[in-house]
Amino acid sequence: MLSCREETELMSQRFERPLSFGERFGLRVHLLFCKGCRATLRHFMFLQTATRAWREHHDQDSTHR
Amino acid sequence: MTPHELSSAVSVLRPRLLRFARLQLRDASSAEDAVQEALLAATLHAGQFQGASAAATWVFAILKNKIIDEFRRRSRQPQGDADSGQEQEFAEALEEQFDERGHWISHPTPWTDPQASLEQKRFWEVFEVCIGGLPEKPARVFGMRELLGMETAEICKELGLSTSNCWVLLHRARLGLRDCLSRRWFGET
Repeated sequence: MLSCREETELMSQRFERPLSFGERFGLRVHLLFCKGCRATLRHFMFLQTATRAWREHHDQDSTHR
Repeated sequence: MTPHELSSAVSVLRPRLLRFARLQLRDASSAEDAVQEALLAATLHAGQFQGASAAATWVFAILKNKIIDEFRRRSRQPQGDADSGQEQEFAEALEEQFDERGHWISHPTPWTDPQASLEQKRFWEVFEVCIGGLPEKPARVFGMRELLGMETAEICKELGLSTSNCWVLLHRARLGLRDCLSRRWFGET
């Protein structure tokens, strides 16, 4: 089983590439038992939401929508 | 559009363009230069825009290219001692969140209603402070990925980085931002 540190790498790469079946399975099992990593994954997802919101706000799209 | 119409349309955009460039280039004068060049390029093409919206889209696209050009230029320069020292320290601080077996020393905890933060002006100030606090390289890769919306493969190519190097930098940027927002905004201890 991977450590929390290694799982956070996969959680980040999840935004860059499709994880393999084994990676997804391992991550899912890890998350069942690890509160810290569950919170971290949510935080990473929120970072993406927030940066997108920032981008849309500063980008042309919002001005003339 | 006449050049005059164009210039009034883009002057409204200017603060937004500057803020966009400043967060990513992290220095006021290169942001000013990039915006200036993008606006100048637009004035030269004033005749081809059908309206303010088309002009805005065009100016932003040019600005993004200027930012990427600047990143490309910077990535070719050798990294200064201060920068590599800061990056080293940052990477070490992130490692210190884990024990020798790689487990959290202190578990991250869920953030309370993060969506609501998006509506708060103060949140965005903290958000920009946190991005500004990242070392140059992770900030650059993260900015290209999430703020410019580029594909990872494209970013690695532009910056001459290996894919795994890009992933490492993105991972560090995310861990660093997570930590910064937890401490400065969501009040995690």
